[in-house]
Amino acid sequence: MEVFWLLLSLSLLELSAALPGSHSTRRPTDPAPLQSQTQTMATGDLVPTHFPARRAAQVALHHLNTHHGSPFRVFGLQQVHTATAEDQVVGTAGRKYSLDFSVTDYGSSVCFRSMTNEGSVLRCSAEVLFPRTETHTHTPPEVHLRCEDLTHISSSPEELAFYQKHTAPHSAISAHDLPDSQGNISQDMQPFWHLARVAASFIMLRESSENTEYNMAQVANLTQQETSEKQLMLKYHVLLHDIVSQEIIHWKLLCSWSPEGGVSVLETEWLPKCPHDTGPPTAN
Amino acid sequence: MLIATLCKKMTRLLFLGALFVAVFAKRTFKRDQVLRINAKDDAQISLLKELSEQAHLGLDFWMEPVHESLPVDVHVPFHSLQAVRAFLAYNQIQYQVMIMDVQGLLENEEREMLKYNAFPRSTDDFVYSTYHDLKSIYSFMDMLVAENSMVSKIVIGKSYESRPLNVLKFSTGANRPGIWIDTGIHSREWVTQASGIWFAKKIVTDYRRDPVLTDILNKYDIFLEIVTNPDGFAYTHSSDRMWRKTRKPNPGSSCVGVDPNRNWDAGFGGAGSSSNPCTETYRGPSAHSEPEVKAIVDFVKSHGNLKAFVSIHSYSQMLLYPYGYKSTPAKDQAELYQLARKAVTKLWSLYNTYYRYGSIITTIYQASGGTIDWTYDQGIKYSYTFELRDTGRYGFILPANQIVPTAEETWLALMAIMEHTKNNPY
Repeated sequence: MEVFWLLLSLSLLELSAALPGSHSTRRPTDPAPLQSQTQTMATGDLVPTHFPARRAAQVALHHLNTHHGSPFRVFGLQQVHTATAEDQVVGTAGRKYSLDFSVTDYGSSVCFRSMTNEGSVLRCSAEVLFPRTETHTHTPPEVHLRCEDLTHISSSPEELAFYQKHTAPHSAISAHDLPDSQGNISQDMQPFWHLARVAASFIMLRESSENTEYNMAQVANLTQQETSEKQLMLKYHVLLHDIVSQEIIHWKLLCSWSPEGGVSVLETEWLPKCPHDTGPPTAN
Repeated sequence: MLIATLCKKMTRLLFLGALFVAVFAKRTFKRDQVLRINAKDDAQISLLKELSEQAHLGLDFWMEPVHESLPVDVHVPFHSLQAVRAFLAYNQIQYQVMIMDVQGLLENEEREMLKYNAFPRSTDDFVYSTYHDLKSIYSFMDMLVAENSMVSKIVIGKSYESRPLNVLKFSTGANRPGIWIDTGIHSREWVTQASGIWFAKKIVTDYRRDPVLTDILNKYDIFLEIVTNPDGFAYTHSSDRMWRKTRKPNPGSSCVGVDPNRNWDAGFGGAGSSSNPCTETYRGPSAHSEPEVKAIVDFVKSHGNLKAFVSIHSYSQMLLYPYGYKSTPAKDQAELYQLARKAVTKLWSLYNTYYRYGSIITTIYQASGGTIDWTYDQGIKYSYTFELRDTGRYGFILPANQIVPTAEETWLALMAIMEHTKNNPY
């Protein structure tokens, strides 16, 4: 059975279209054997604290971070206020969630670490569509998002200083285990950790479905790359955690950032945890 | 010529003696310095040897004067600094300050050692705001038992790799009904074991000080299993911080371990767990196949009188009740919901930490073979699962400075559950 899936995945390699200019090497398209989802997803008004609304909100968060994240700006879900779901049949078929939620930016503030709510709070609304496809191929969700005050966000002095420092000729940053096993991360390394989270959001967004709920668990390592362009370019090895399957999924990625340009992900590569691993848990 | 040299030497020694009075102060290293001296010739080496013979200076040579090619490191007590520096300057001997303040360095080191390499002599000495390894946690348990007559340690079984499965029993009298709390069933959820340690200390501290807890303990025993999956826990320290399952090998597979929270006989084998040994939610070959799970099952059955059962996980900030394996509401759903709301409100009151609550299957996901589904179906009505901090920012690797705040707020929720249990006997 496993051999069949392996053969199928090898013959169905595709380039990911969701990431601008990205090439994914060895990205199997069928899911790893996963618990079958016998629950039918709710339609109509959803309980905002229950998982269907929360998973959809998390997808909207990933989208928000890809567009507005930076080494000093990372958004996390604070609360879902209201949510509804409906089947969409016109246009792209799938299930569409409409959400009203609040997010918090934990990228910039100097933490009061005993507090779980830190940084400014933004109110957002979004539509998240999980497409339903005939075949076993996974199609990334589509997100339309509006948040108050987003247009007022511009590059902070910290961002500019960080950018200058690390695009200077001899900057060659590298690090591993961010945070470490005890949850420690130095002040200097936090922007790199935030940047990883933002870059990982491209992957998490692409890989999400109604049956996943992704967070970034840890940065295994990072290495700054030389570039002739005025960009901060970094190679990352990140560990993603999917709450639903509880799997830790390893990805390598290459990203670039500048204050004006934001974050771009240029390459991604899934790393199997064992030789017979067939794919990241993007279940249908 | 010789007399001149001798006179010179004498002068130097007198210079030293005159400049300084021996003060035999208390042994502290405050403002002591360590100097690295670079002698340029044999004559300077001889001078340094003479310096080393001045006992009243209290010098401690870390590297003795031997040869001009080797540095000479000397710990100089504060009271001798001026004299020594004058001596070196007078003789044009080059040196640098290697350590500006020995005491400061020692204090830093002591702090670091206390933090990560603690050898506490009592549970009052123990550092609750850091993560500990298995040895340290087991030694904490023994200390707590030794210090408190109300605490005893029960070994309910052995893990796959033969580690003892230790449960602390808090009891003020015989034949009481019981309340069970476990932490660390999933080994990577480090804030849970760390909170368990804190809960243990909290119980003994608050008994006879807090009226509510005292009343609970006068009617119920509390059982606390802090490291419910010791093999997995040891593995998170030695090899893989993200390890979740047990460490039992699976025949016919290169993948190790079973998810202990899918191994219980409640909807075992159904949707919400995996049949693949290489997955994190692998249910195991059969219900209760894992010794870590079987030990608790046997304990619960033989005790026969547990009235509340709380299994603690991280992360997500949730308080959950059965069921996980089916969408049929628990028959006590209404009461469990109200109590969860009350507990979560208490938790929130301390640090504004926001928790979601509800049944497992509606709030987080479908999960079969879970602990509290089994305990609930055994008749333990107040069966709850916590998912502690945070909501994904740090996830499993929660910073150590959040351990105590997490434990403190969670304790308020636990107290609400225990108090309700006590006030509603069944």
